[in-house]
Amino acid sequence: MEQTTQAEHSSNKHEIRNVTIVLTVLTLLELTLGFMMMRMADGSTAKISTKIAIIILMLAKAYYIVAYFMHLKHEIKNLIMTIVVPLTLFIWFIIAFLGDGESYKNLRNTYDAHKKAVSTQKVEIKKETHSEEGAKH
Amino acid sequence: MSTPTTAAVPTKWWSGGKSPFNVEYGKLMMWYFLMSDTFTFGALLIAYGTIRFSSNSWPNPNEVFQSYPGMSEGTSAPLVFVSIMTFILIISSVTMVLAVRAGQEMKKNKVVFNLILTILGGLAFLSCQAWEWTHLHHEGAWWGSNPFLNEDGTQSSTNFTNFFFTITGFHGFHVFSGVIINIIMLIMTLNNVFEKRGHYLMIEKAGLYWHFVDLVWVFVFTCFYLI
Repeated sequence: MEQTTQAEHSSNKHEIRNVTIVLTVLTLLELTLGFMMMRMADGSTAKISTKIAIIILMLAKAYYIVAYFMHLKHEIKNLIMTIVVPLTLFIWFIIAFLGDGESYKNLRNTYDAHKKAVSTQKVEIKKETHSEEGAKH
Repeated sequence: MSTPTTAAVPTKWWSGGKSPFNVEYGKLMMWYFLMSDTFTFGALLIAYGTIRFSSNSWPNPNEVFQSYPGMSEGTSAPLVFVSIMTFILIISSVTMVLAVRAGQEMKKNKVVFNLILTILGGLAFLSCQAWEWTHLHHEGAWWGSNPFLNEDGTQSSTNFTNFFFTITGFHGFHVFSGVIINIIMLIMTLNNVFEKRGHYLMIEKAGLYWHFVDLVWVFVFTCFYLI
């Protein structure tokens, strides 16, 4: 049970405070970008790049939580590797599955005229559909 | 048994006779459990992403999540309520770190104080989520029913609400079990279980779980509310 006292630095107090500040700032940045994004047109380059920026901020937040709050940065390399290496599978997951979704959409839009017509037809009366749906329940 | 890690000669972690990961069994297994849980949440979120990428349009989160308790009719405040939920969870994660630190310093009262704050944070988050689910349900959203239109004004499928309720529900269930675990930790601390045992390692394991819940929310928050 000698491990209880591992990595007990005097800098710990500062570390918690600093990481809290970093997480708060990152969240505020994300929210700022989220509010800015509301005025951007759907599918525009500006909106897509803002979304990518938000995802980068999200990964930075995840890093700070895992590295400092979950203490993984201060563990030995063997433990870090046994956790982090299997997670690299996600790189493949994300590329393969999102690419598959995109490809399915394109194929359907090209070859399924009916589906495309249905999915691009605008709903006329906005407010009425709300109350009709609500009445079902 | 204990090997100084600061020695000039590098420690041979795989030479046998000691844990090559330098943590006790329970903590290592908690890490592996959290890794498997990461894959469960990852699978759910990637499924959500795949369906979203395969759809021509998707509901705008700023129109769906624009309410907070006690707001007046006709106003809209997108992102406000969910920001509060996010900060509640981050702060409860900070108090959990403080409880773990206090445990390492064997300060029982500080552990109790910070654990209570963490539990309150968890309960506050769950209350917020309960309010939001109730509110959306009143608007007609539930599994299999989606009153919201797509961003471009076309009819939306029920995929949006199905994924929303499944993933936030699964996360909420994790928060709930985290609160239960923290309450058990609090009772054990108050009963001097850890004092008698001589260490607070159990709190560290509960802490890992609680931080993981916060970590998952970072992803859920971004994927559903922001982008």
